[in-house]
Amino acid sequence: MNTWIQQLGQAGIRFFQRVGRAFLFLIKVLMSVPASLLRFNLLVQQLYYVGVLSMLIIVVSGLFVGMVLGLQGYNTLVDFGAEESLSVMVALSLVRELGPVVAGLLFAGRAGSALTAEIGLMKSTEQLSGMEMMAVDPVSRVIAPRFLAGLISMPLLAAMFSAVGVLGGYFVGVGLLGLDDGAFWSQLQSKVDFQGDILNGVIKSIVFGLVISWIALFEGYDTVPTSEGVGRATTRTVVHSALAILGLDFILTALMFDE
Amino acid sequence: MRQTKAVEIGVGLFVAAGLIALFVMAIKMSNFSSFDNGAGYDVTARFDNIGGLKERSPVSMAGVKVGQVSSIALDSQTYEAVVTLTINSQYAALPLDTSASIFTAGLLGEQYIALEPGGEETYLANGSELQLTQSALVLEQLIGQFLFNAGGDDE
Repeated sequence: MNTWIQQLGQAGIRFFQRVGRAFLFLIKVLMSVPASLLRFNLLVQQLYYVGVLSMLIIVVSGLFVGMVLGLQGYNTLVDFGAEESLSVMVALSLVRELGPVVAGLLFAGRAGSALTAEIGLMKSTEQLSGMEMMAVDPVSRVIAPRFLAGLISMPLLAAMFSAVGVLGGYFVGVGLLGLDDGAFWSQLQSKVDFQGDILNGVIKSIVFGLVISWIALFEGYDTVPTSEGVGRATTRTVVHSALAILGLDFILTALMFDE
Repeated sequence: MRQTKAVEIGVGLFVAAGLIALFVMAIKMSNFSSFDNGAGYDVTARFDNIGGLKERSPVSMAGVKVGQVSSIALDSQTYEAVVTLTINSQYAALPLDTSASIFTAGLLGEQYIALEPGGEETYLANGSELQLTQSALVLEQLIGQFLFNAGGDDE
């Protein structure tokens, strides 16, 4: 009985220590972000690994998600004679929700896991402590450029996802199902609000980008320095990022679209 | 060196593609291009019942959109709805006795305000109040009245 309670206490203390380390880590990273802007080459390189290499999966998924939304939406809307609203349905679901959320989930799987594995391996092969020995701060040399790259890439990727998705909806709606081309775009322009819908979607994706980069880099930085530990940290990155995205999405939606 | 050049070009394309996507969304997919807030004047109108009218609902004259509803409030003295309309400044020459009615686009569509021009020589200005208004038709009330009348005819 006693040991059971003791174990519970240990687990609780470990959990809160970890949360505390995560926040201290975030503060440290944010403090060294301005300095990392000076090393622009590092940032460009990370943007390539984090952003450019994620583009393919984001664009292809966006296209298919938009096309599926177009098909399914058409089948439902045509029963009510409202198939003209297809474009609005596709665009609003993409811009407000699916763009940031699905792009975030893909980003966490594609880029977040890679970041964790990279940093984790750096830690377990003692490259990070090696840097400290040489009086190079690993946070500003290694972590901050990756963090900034994630923060910049995510809104751009989410915007691409939404734009390509609407294009997919356009191909299905106008190309395949024979909706009117002009009505498709004019409905969009009259119903989609720039500030209320598109900017809020961008804000969402920036928040997701921050959270994914934070989780991925912290899991790597805080990993148990063994091959098993790195594997676990990578898994945790994907799981925790997905949970954080979905939970935060609910909160942000409740705050933004309450009207 | 070639490697970094390829990387830089890739990043440039990536950032450009992301910005283009945002730009396309702003111009092609939203009301951003018809964004002319601030360049307009406000007039108020009082209605007994505004039905489902919301802020940002369109205001049109002869079917052409001339502005939008910028705020809706309740006058606690008269229990009327006070609706503020922002009219684009390019439509500055609307007669003072213009009347406002709340209509529904289609049978179940959204509600909008239709302006009907009057014959006065003086024009509406910032802060004017539209005197002639017609409230929204509430479909449930109409159906109720119709059923009531139909029932009365039978007896």
